Amino acid sequence: MMLEIKDLRAKIGEKEIIKGLNLNLEKGKVHAIMGPNGAGKSTLSKTIVGHYEVEVTGGDILFKGESIVDMEPEERALKGIFMSFQNPVEVPGVTNAYFLRTAVNAKREYEGKEPLNAAEFLRMAREYAKLLGMKPEMLNRSLNVGFSGGEKKRNEILQMLMLDPDLIILDEIDSGLDIDALKAVSEGINKIKSPEKTFLIITHYSRILEYVKPDYIHILKDGKVVKTGGYELVKKLEAEGYKAIEEEQ
Amino acid sequence: MNEEQKKIQEVVSREYELGFSVDIEEETAPPGLNEDIIRFLSKKKGEPEWMTNMRIQAFHIWQKMEEPRWAHLKYDVIDYQSISYYAAPKKKPKSLDEVDPEILRAYEKLGIPLEEQKALAGVAVDAVFDSVSIGTTFKEKLKEMGIIFCSISEAIKEYPELIQKYMFSVVPMSDNFFAALNSAVFTDGTFVYVPKGVRCPLELSTYFRINAQNTGQFERTLIIADEGSYVSYNEGCSAPMRDENQLHAAVVELIALKDAEIKYSTIQNWYPGDEEGRGGIYNFVTKRGVCAGENSKISWTQVETGSAITWKYPSCVLKGDNSVGEFYSVAITTKAQQADTGTKMIHIGKNTSSTIISKGISAMRGQNSYRGLVKIQASAQNARNYSECDSLLIGDKCGAHTFPYLESKNASAQIEHEATTSKISDEQLFYLRQRGINEEDAVSMIVHGFCKEVLANLPMEFAAEAKDLLNLTLEGSVG
Repeated sequence: MMLEIKDLRAKIGEKEIIKGLNLNLEKGKVHAIMGPNGAGKSTLSKTIVGHYEVEVTGGDILFKGESIVDMEPEERALKGIFMSFQNPVEVPGVTNAYFLRTAVNAKREYEGKEPLNAAEFLRMAREYAKLLGMKPEMLNRSLNVGFSGGEKKRNEILQMLMLDPDLIILDEIDSGLDIDALKAVSEGINKIKSPEKTFLIITHYSRILEYVKPDYIHILKDGKVVKTGGYELVKKLEAEGYKAIEEEQ
Repeated sequence: MNEEQKKIQEVVSREYELGFSVDIEEETAPPGLNEDIIRFLSKKKGEPEWMTNMRIQAFHIWQKMEEPRWAHLKYDVIDYQSISYYAAPKKKPKSLDEVDPEILRAYEKLGIPLEEQKALAGVAVDAVFDSVSIGTTFKEKLKEMGIIFCSISEAIKEYPELIQKYMFSVVPMSDNFFAALNSAVFTDGTFVYVPKGVRCPLELSTYFRINAQNTGQFERTLIIADEGSYVSYNEGCSAPMRDENQLHAAVVELIALKDAEIKYSTIQNWYPGDEEGRGGIYNFVTKRGVCAGENSKISWTQVETGSAITWKYPSCVLKGDNSVGEFYSVAITTKAQQADTGTKMIHIGKNTSSTIISKGISAMRGQNSYRGLVKIQASAQNARNYSECDSLLIGDKCGAHTFPYLESKNASAQIEHEATTSKISDEQLFYLRQRGINEEDAVSMIVHGFCKEVLANLPMEFAAEAKDLLNLTLEGSVG
């Protein structure tokens, strides 16, 4: 099992948002989480990566069998958990390439590997950028500064490819993307898919799930997983909405 | 305060790593300031009578002046009579070999081993320990090119005509309270003269260091770049930990003649004091350069990380037509540090241009003020200025203030001013940490990004040091 979430409770400020959530993410599988607004989808992903706004009040999260709820965000990242941000923040004056290389080498150091030198790094970064339809100049720009919505999302996927994580949480990676960007992003995701990796795709839409086929769909409502099923759940949702699924219970 | 902020506080409040002092025999003047003390000091230094008289003159001017209080700074009244105005090691070594090994060890602790620096090509060091120069390197090599690089004391004896012509010509002894004080009691400093058409092949460096307890340090620097010459001068300093506030009032004068260029870079790391500001250095500095000739250029770059109080406005008087003045500054205040710093660009000649890039970083309870004056005289046809003042706040107990002054008496002037204030956000930090970059590295990355334009102006040898110092000063600081 890649990730086991056991009876998890978490709050933001005074408000409890995750209310006894149970979820297992299998190694090598693509899991999708869907659910109405306010169900706790984004809070769940923030909880897994250790976001500063979230306070865990109960339960546990095991990553490869090890509890991570007390770990610093960077430690979770170095162990192989990656989350794409809905709206990545701008960092003026720090070039994309410098940031990426620092991140990649932090992980390599953690894994006891030699750091990538500038040439090796650039070769790799340019190759992935090309795959994602990004211009090589993007690497020299300040991180996320003045990036369009699509450029930001592609850049998130570029980071994912470079860091080669084991658990990949994609938080609304498909929102606001045009069809070309969506295809590019999906291509990036499919590139890294393997029996060793687990995806957790959080989405409002079924669009991305047509490109990245999920093995499991989990419906989240009011801080809990209320239903788990296969791809057919997406079709049902599309046809009947969340209401129908709620009524089934 | 959340967990994140607490941790940050912990790291920001790290003990001053360079805080130590060296025990060597001092020959110190008794505390207090009067004509006798000045005569003693001047005699100790073996100065000619004209210099002694200049000092006495400055002392009389100073006595009539009032300490300025307009800066955005809070500090207790300084008792000038409790300060000792002269301290010097007893033995004056003739070469580095004769230097007290304890002093050399102190330099090593500061990461600037002279022995190694001698070997390092490209950097000549005029090291000032307390008030007397103890070692100079590359002097001979420079001498062959006609470049004079020596202590100001030596220059007063060896090159009186240059001193009499240029000292007090840019910063008159009556310029301000601290400049007058310095003119009366300056102990030592650096003198540079680059002759016509010579491009100085080395970065000239000096390290200053306060060592004697309760001893003010009054450095005096004079750099003259004759027609068509070029020189790059680096000044850097660090001070050991002390309980009492130490006064530092330096004066720097730069003169660039026709077609000459002076690049003056500073890394200032005086002891900043503890979290309450106790024991830090009071740094009141007057730095000014005059672009005296056509097409001359003066460029100030400073990285200010230390001192409890910083009062400093490196300025350019753009007298020559087409002359250029630049000011690039990073000022960091943490703990209870206060900085009121900026520049003055005085446009007198035609087609003169100036650039001001100021980056202020405040953390913990630090207060950072930018104070800048751009003055366009009626004679300055087609003058141009670009000013950019950016402030970065770390945490919610610090402050950033901007006081831009603008006076234009010529309608053809083009003046642009931009100012921004931003905060290192939790979101920025979290983003970098989610990518596996630890908190300290993340802060450092954001800060370096913020200061990039300024750091890029430092000479290479200096840039790495500045980066380390920024990291040391701000390690983990966030809010």
